[in-house]
Amino acid sequence: MLGALVDLSHPGHYLHWGFIQLSVANFVVIVLMIVVFVAAVAIPFRSGGRHR
Amino acid sequence: MSDMIDTESTRGPTSSVDPVDSARPAPGDEGMWTARVRGAAVRALPPGKLLPDRQPSYVASWVYVFGILSFSAFVVILVTGVVLILRGPSWWHESRTGLFFNSIHLWGVELFFFFMVLHLWGKFFMAAWRGKRALTWMTGVVTFAVSIGAAFTGYLSQQNFDSQWISTQAKDGLNAAGVGAFFNVLNFGQMLLWHVLLLPIAVGVLIGIHLLLVRRRGVVRPFPVPVGRHTSTDRAAARGEALSTEGADR
Repeated sequence: MLGALVDLSHPGHYLHWGFIQLSVANFVVIVLMIVVFVAAVAIPFRSGGRHR
Repeated sequence: MSDMIDTESTRGPTSSVDPVDSARPAPGDEGMWTARVRGAAVRALPPGKLLPDRQPSYVASWVYVFGILSFSAFVVILVTGVVLILRGPSWWHESRTGLFFNSIHLWGVELFFFFMVLHLWGKFFMAAWRGKRALTWMTGVVTFAVSIGAAFTGYLSQQNFDSQWISTQAKDGLNAAGVGAFFNVLNFGQMLLWHVLLLPIAVGVLIGIHLLLVRRRGVVRPFPVPVGRHTSTDRAAARGEALSTEGADR
């Protein structure tokens, strides 16, 4: 069986900003969501003319 | 035997009968509850509105894709969830195929929430509750909240140290919120049944109502763009193309 791509046999990494505590994994997902959202707004959509 | 078959009803799609006309009751049957329910359903969602061939031009944006991506992820979650139910815990814990389906189920959930949050952001920034679409917005918000419960009970059903840790932490949180009497998150059987029966039904019904409301009211149009900034919506309006959907903007 393949092992995990990331070594999970240790405590998770966390970011701290004052009272805010956030895991690196959740931070990466939030950044990805922002990137995808901005790209969805900015990148033109090829509709193929199926709109009225 | 062949003379007993109603030839009108066996013609199928080649029949010229208008589905809206065929929904009208026979004279004298107008007061029957079946006729009234059928009439109300067809008036609210005629077939052309329920499954339209074309969308307004402003829907040609990637922002409008996140809703159907969320729904697609939900279908993946349902299908893999049914497979996990059919094969049982020892299969999904021990066999390679079971672990694969378990992982697809987990990553389906990750994508479901990923796209649902993006869908929520998009609809929030375009104030998608405009034009009598408040109920569409509210069913979406409630679906999001119930989905969190469905995912939470899924994490409790992992049968590992992670689920034990989550359940003991959640017990204190739910007790502090005053709802501990209604849920025993340390009861694995109770949480598993919430996860595989009650919450999926609730999320599925809410998504169904949400989609029907989207079809009934149409997709909300974007905010007007200031003069001088031309978009595809403006160009479509300049060409006189139809932009309106059901319900006026407020």
